[in-house]
Amino acid sequence: MVDVIDGKAQPVTQARASAPPAVEIRGLNLVFDAGDAPVTALADVDLSVARGDFVSLIGPSGCGKTTLLRVMADLERASSGTVRVNGVSPEAARLARAYGYVFQAPALYAWRSVLRNVTLPLEIMGLPRAERQERARRVLDLVNLGGFEGKFPWQLSGGMQQRVSIARALSFDPALLLMDEPFGALDEIIRDHLNEQLLRLWQRTGKTVIFVTHSIPEAVFLSTRIVVMSPRPGRIIDIIDSDLPAERTLDMRESAAFTAIAHRVRAGLKAGHSYDDA
Amino acid sequence: MTTREPAAKSRTWQARLAGGSALPMLAVLLALLVLWYAGTVWLNAPLVIDRYERAGQAEWTAGQLVADTMAMDRPLLPAPHQILAELDKTVFEVAPNSRRSLVYHGWVTLSSALLGFAFGTLLGIVLAVGIVHLRTLERSLLPWIIASQTVPILAIAPMIIVVLGSLGFVGLVPKAIISAYLCFFPVTIGMVKGLTSPDPIHLDLVRTYSASTGQVFWKLRWPSSVVYLFASLKVAVALAIVGAIVGELPTGAQAGLGARLLSGSYYGQTVQIWAALVVAAVVAGLSVAAVGLAERLTLERMGGRP
Repeated sequence: MVDVIDGKAQPVTQARASAPPAVEIRGLNLVFDAGDAPVTALADVDLSVARGDFVSLIGPSGCGKTTLLRVMADLERASSGTVRVNGVSPEAARLARAYGYVFQAPALYAWRSVLRNVTLPLEIMGLPRAERQERARRVLDLVNLGGFEGKFPWQLSGGMQQRVSIARALSFDPALLLMDEPFGALDEIIRDHLNEQLLRLWQRTGKTVIFVTHSIPEAVFLSTRIVVMSPRPGRIIDIIDSDLPAERTLDMRESAAFTAIAHRVRAGLKAGHSYDDA
Repeated sequence: MTTREPAAKSRTWQARLAGGSALPMLAVLLALLVLWYAGTVWLNAPLVIDRYERAGQAEWTAGQLVADTMAMDRPLLPAPHQILAELDKTVFEVAPNSRRSLVYHGWVTLSSALLGFAFGTLLGIVLAVGIVHLRTLERSLLPWIIASQTVPILAIAPMIIVVLGSLGFVGLVPKAIISAYLCFFPVTIGMVKGLTSPDPIHLDLVRTYSASTGQVFWKLRWPSSVVYLFASLKVAVALAIVGAIVGELPTGAQAGLGARLLSGSYYGQTVQIWAALVVAAVVAGLSVAAVGLAERLTLERMGGRP
């Protein structure tokens, strides 16, 4: 675990060339054993996420996008198929603290200050106090929350709380970020703002991000690849490589290229005919 | 929160009286006093009349009767001012270390109650931690824990005292164990609830950090349970005092509020009984208030909303 926290120990270029994909999934099935009627949450999922990619999983409620993310994080177990995270099993990746997970809710600990919420993973990993605080301050600056270290969660707005939870996921510098609708509960104005911040953060840090959403504009704006999913059973129906430039602004959402991608996502969602029986 | 607090403190006592709960409380107190005095006259009057008749005193007025019902040595129900006079005599006029002082007896009871409270809290927490972490304990232990509380404490207290006495434990410890027997229960129930109170999302979070069971306990389960702990402690501390008093009854203890109650009832000293009851209530009230203060300070440190 120590060499993951201190990932710079490996030469980066060499690691990139020979390293396995961030996530590699082959023939994944997941069945929840719900008494007399087992529910197929995920069926025949194949997905490969290259390092440095920003991949969105999009689909209606119940399509298994969150479940898929939880499988990668070893919070759910696959019924069959192979899953590799950084070339190892999800459990090994979790034990090696290879990813940071951002939940739908901020999931901050109410009795800890902002600073101590961010240092929580570092405490668990056994870092010395001075380094914990130094790292926490750095990531809080990264999400523009410098100066809020001493506040408690209830003193922050919902958007700020979610930024604290992102800082917490960044604090131990994982190469992979798994984000489960992190801005789903926020209003659109704040969501736009945080999307811009997240995009800049991703460009600056070069992390791999897998991002669950049910907002088409959000997915198109952020992603290098968009994975469209449909429910009952949860499966992937389209994978779209975005040809939008790396430098993106919110204004681009009116551009033809943006609209074309959004259109293809919408078509994919419609093909999943998930609305008839919803 | 910081701006509102000084304003609240600078409010005058008149404003607090009108706005707070003091006024309704005073009204209730007044109503109780009126009822009490009425009860004193009603309950003691037959005794007084009986005494008049035995003394051959045929002539008496209603005013004389009322005055006499409130000045008896051993009334059925003493008047509040008689209890206050007794309290004044036994709390303020005698030295606190005298055997006639209720401060002394109150302290004897309180000290064993506090020791039992400490025992019981510790036992309650240990049981809760075991129940939360080991499923088999929940099924094997919980029914017994519940059954233990259905046994009347008055029935089991003499046995505890006698058994422990034969083992050489006398005085403080047997009483403390009866207190502990009563007060571990709310702590166990509250802490089982508290230690399992974290949201699944909070548990998932520490799972993604591959935290050990110990780390999950100290960094998540324990802090989440603090609110539940204090709620249980408030019940437990009051029960601890009841337990200590009950523990003083069967042994004919020489000291403690229970001993005062017992000797009062032997000799029909109702005023003494009521004074001891008042002291017991005050001790219990102060103990609960102390736990409440500890709760407030702890939750403030944990960043609680004011």
